Amino acid sequence: MADLHQLAQMFKELDDQLVSCMRCGMCQAVCPVFAQTGREADVTRGKLALLDGLAHEMLKDAAGVNDKLNRCLLCGTCQANCPSGVKIMDIFLKARAIMTGYFGLSKTKKAIFRGMLANPRLFNVLTGMGATFQGLFTKKVDDMLGSSCARFNSPLVGDRHFNTLAATPLHKIVPELDSPAGASGVKVAFFTGCVIDKVFPQVGEAALKVLEQKGVGVFLPAKQACCGIPALSSGEQATFDKLVAMNVQWFTAGSFDYLLTSCATCTATIKELWPRMFKGDPALTAAIKELAEKTMDISQFLVDVLGVKEAPAAGCGKVTYHDPCHLKNGLGITAQPRTMIKAAGGTFKEMREAGTCCGCGGSFNVAHYDLSKKIGSRKAQNIMDSGADILATSCPACMLHITDMLSHKKAGIKVKHVIELYADSLKKQG
Amino acid sequence: MNTSIIKEFAAIVGDDNVMSSETDRHVYSYDAAVLDSVMPALVVRPENSEALGKTVKLCNDHGLPLTVRGAGTNLSGGTIPHPGGVVVLTNGLNRILEINAEDMYAVVEPGVVTAKFAAEVAACGLFYPPDPGSQAVSTLGGNVAENAGGLRGLKYGVTKDYVMGIDFWDVNGNLIKSGSRTVKCVSGYNLTGLMVASEGTLGVFDKIILKIIPPPKASRSMMAMFNSMQAASETVAAIIAAKIVPATLEIMDNFTIRTVENFRHAGLPKNAAALLLIEVDGHPAQVADEAELVEQICKQHGATELKVARDAAERDAVWQARRDALPALAKLRPTCVLEDATVPRSKIPAMIKALDDISKKYQLTIGTFGHAGDGNLHPTILTDRRDEKEWQRVEKAIDEIFNRALELGGTLSGEHGIGLAKAKYMVLETNRGTLDYFRRMKSVLDPKGILNPGKIIG
Ligand SMILES: Cc1cc2nc3c(=O)[nH]c(=O)nc-3n(C[C@H](O)[C@H](O)[C@H](O)COP(=O)(O)OP(=O)(O)OC[C@H]3O[C@@H](n4cnc5c(N)ncnc54)[C@H](O)[C@@H]3O)c2cc1C
Ligand code: SF4
Ligand code: SF4
Ligand code: SF4
Repeated sequence: MADLHQLAQMFKELDDQLVSCMRCGMCQAVCPVFAQTGREADVTRGKLALLDGLAHEMLKDAAGVNDKLNRCLLCGTCQANCPSGVKIMDIFLKARAIMTGYFGLSKTKKAIFRGMLANPRLFNVLTGMGATFQGLFTKKVDDMLGSSCARFNSPLVGDRHFNTLAATPLHKIVPELDSPAGASGVKVAFFTGCVIDKVFPQVGEAALKVLEQKGVGVFLPAKQACCGIPALSSGEQATFDKLVAMNVQWFTAGSFDYLLTSCATCTATIKELWPRMFKGDPALTAAIKELAEKTMDISQFLVDVLGVKEAPAAGCGKVTYHDPCHLKNGLGITAQPRTMIKAAGGTFKEMREAGTCCGCGGSFNVAHYDLSKKIGSRKAQNIMDSGADILATSCPACMLHITDMLSHKKAGIKVKHVIELYADSLKKQG
Repeated sequence: MNTSIIKEFAAIVGDDNVMSSETDRHVYSYDAAVLDSVMPALVVRPENSEALGKTVKLCNDHGLPLTVRGAGTNLSGGTIPHPGGVVVLTNGLNRILEINAEDMYAVVEPGVVTAKFAAEVAACGLFYPPDPGSQAVSTLGGNVAENAGGLRGLKYGVTKDYVMGIDFWDVNGNLIKSGSRTVKCVSGYNLTGLMVASEGTLGVFDKIILKIIPPPKASRSMMAMFNSMQAASETVAAIIAAKIVPATLEIMDNFTIRTVENFRHAGLPKNAAALLLIEVDGHPAQVADEAELVEQICKQHGATELKVARDAAERDAVWQARRDALPALAKLRPTCVLEDATVPRSKIPAMIKALDDISKKYQLTIGTFGHAGDGNLHPTILTDRRDEKEWQRVEKAIDEIFNRALELGGTLSGEHGIGLAKAKYMVLETNRGTLDYFRRMKSVLDPKGILNPGKIIG
């Protein structure tokens, strides 16, 4: 372990970004964690002040600062609304990397990140076993999932009403694909992402079906790794770099016009964090940039590129939409998924605070389940008050957490990915 | 702080509401002012009125300096604690106790967020006008203690014009009642008036009675560009001379216009020397008349371009330009010092000229925007606090800004308060005798000097 002075030197590197916070406190209006606790250490301004305090050696309790730093959903709402344009997410991710360098990773996390996540085949085998022996491997699977996806709900702990691992993950249902562009003349690559692969393969299937119907060629490489956000948000830079490098190698093997995902978090990670946070082989920089530029959310692609339009309500029920933070805050994608719901024939019901975080936040959900539950419970109430029968969203991690929250309230509201609704409507027409 | 005292606080507010760790204390060591931070010894968060009163008394019993903190958005260091002191948070006291539509008043706890309150009042079909730029987070207690203003000051006044009464705790833990729920009240000293703008130095607010009013039925907004500050100021004077009192009358200088345009690309003319943003409101017929008249006046005084908002979206675009002013400026440099020297309306051109001279003299970037209708300007100095040489020039420039404002018959602060930042200039605006009077008053009401020491009177 390095000494505090060395730690301060590392944080000093963030100084140029830290000083741009003018301490106006406007982030108090938007931070979902602060809304629950009312504590300054939980809001952006407080966290930045703590990092500044470490950088200037005004503070000694680095572990205390690290605790506060982790009480954050990394939802990006503060950054999207910060009047001073502070690069908050960059600061938080870099700070987490510095902290991990200083304190080291916990044994479990080390095993998961370095042993398993960075080794996609092993990850698949282990979760495959987990699916078969859910009961037997309870603890193990929990540890594994709890920190394997940053936004992955830990499914088997406490009174969580969880989604279990799928019996057959997507990579078993559709091992690989390389179909030519059809009527649309467009070819895309599909990045599955771990939660869709292992918990919601039906979302991936729906996406592939829609693309096929629209005459879109699909490249789905046999091997895919996690997008890397869990590693990055735990400050595990080396694993992140490794995962990005593997994905770049596997995806650049194909040729395509767009890279699509149906996971909001994956989209944001590939588009925003791959180019900015990758510290590995500089030879890959250009390829990463190109992939990032090609990356799109599935609804965004269908509406903006293929021109899918609203259709008259076709009785598929009353649908409300939750904006995943990673689509709304970073990428400003809010209209397209709503258009998709209407294109699927849903009667759209806007809920209150549709753009407020559901409270999942991956490892945040594991470490601070109570807080996560409070934030999610408000979301669930807003969903119920909307009068909808179906909650649609664009991120599998949100789906997990919202399912848990709605089920606690015995709401009887179905949780679906937007693309599932649309695929169903094509089937009905079909 | 010694653990037995911490336990006494915990007995009052509960264990969860006492924070003593280094990290928890560090985050209450600053506010929105560009000043050095000071760590408190303890932070407590009472959740009801009784706990608040007992907290104040306990601080006094132990002679502990006490700083009340709302949202910590004040720009003058009003919530930077005294070394060894206790920070008392009000965000656990955030209930709206009553909105009385019949008698048009509301009773609130001090930690209610301004915008939430305004929205609740609007939901009852009424209107709470004070709208500081920080209203999405600022608390009503903080607004009263700073006498916060906002965009609507010219026609609707500022916070003090809406405070009908305040119940507050004195240092001995007695609840002092002032004002009433009636429009008229002459029972005793006007302690409510004394509490407004007292910045936590004379008492701790427990409940506030606020006046609410019927909302205007219609409004119209417009934007006018000018070739000179002088022309814009003359337009302001002419509008008021025509007996029109716009709800809002805002001005921006060329530097701010350019910065906002570079930020939003909304089509503001970058070569305009000044821009006025005007909104008239009231009865629909009157609004139509007044808007027309204002248009004419702008043209007569050489407006080079005039945009009248025809619908809600266009109105929003007009005000977006104003909302963008601070964020756009703030992004230019690491440190942003927002001042609020205020001069009589007619002195705005002179003050703008003075600011130009000051920015040249000290080689600083200053963008100025503000409330032209009431002479409250916001010269915004863009700098980097880490650059020692430049920071020395900033400090000199600030001195000079205050001197110039006072010479022009103005005041140190229109709405941001005195706090720590401007305490040393108080004597310039008043005199020794006045400050002595303040201190004598304070020494009687707060003999141990525990209430927010160092603020206002130094
Ligand atoms: C971006 C931005 C825009 C702003 N725009 C404006 C504007 O347009 N107009 C304007 O006037 N100001 C403005 N301000 C300044 C600031 O927001 C106001 O002064 C506001 O009233 C402070 O409210 P607060 O809840 O943050 O109070 P705090 O900063 O927490 O406290 C302010 C003072 O009030 C005292 N206080 C708080 N609660 C109590 C209580 N219960 N009893 C006794 N004393 C108490 C504190 O001790 C302190 O001295 C702005 C600030 C920012 C950062
Ligand atoms: S809104 Fe931005 S500048 Fe203001 S305190 Fe929060 S992080 Fe800092
Ligand atoms: S990222 Fe989200 S949870 Fe974290 S500080 Fe910002 S708003 Fe709060
Ligand atoms: S964001 Fe997507 S790919 Fe990345 S860890 Fe989460 S689910 Fe897996």
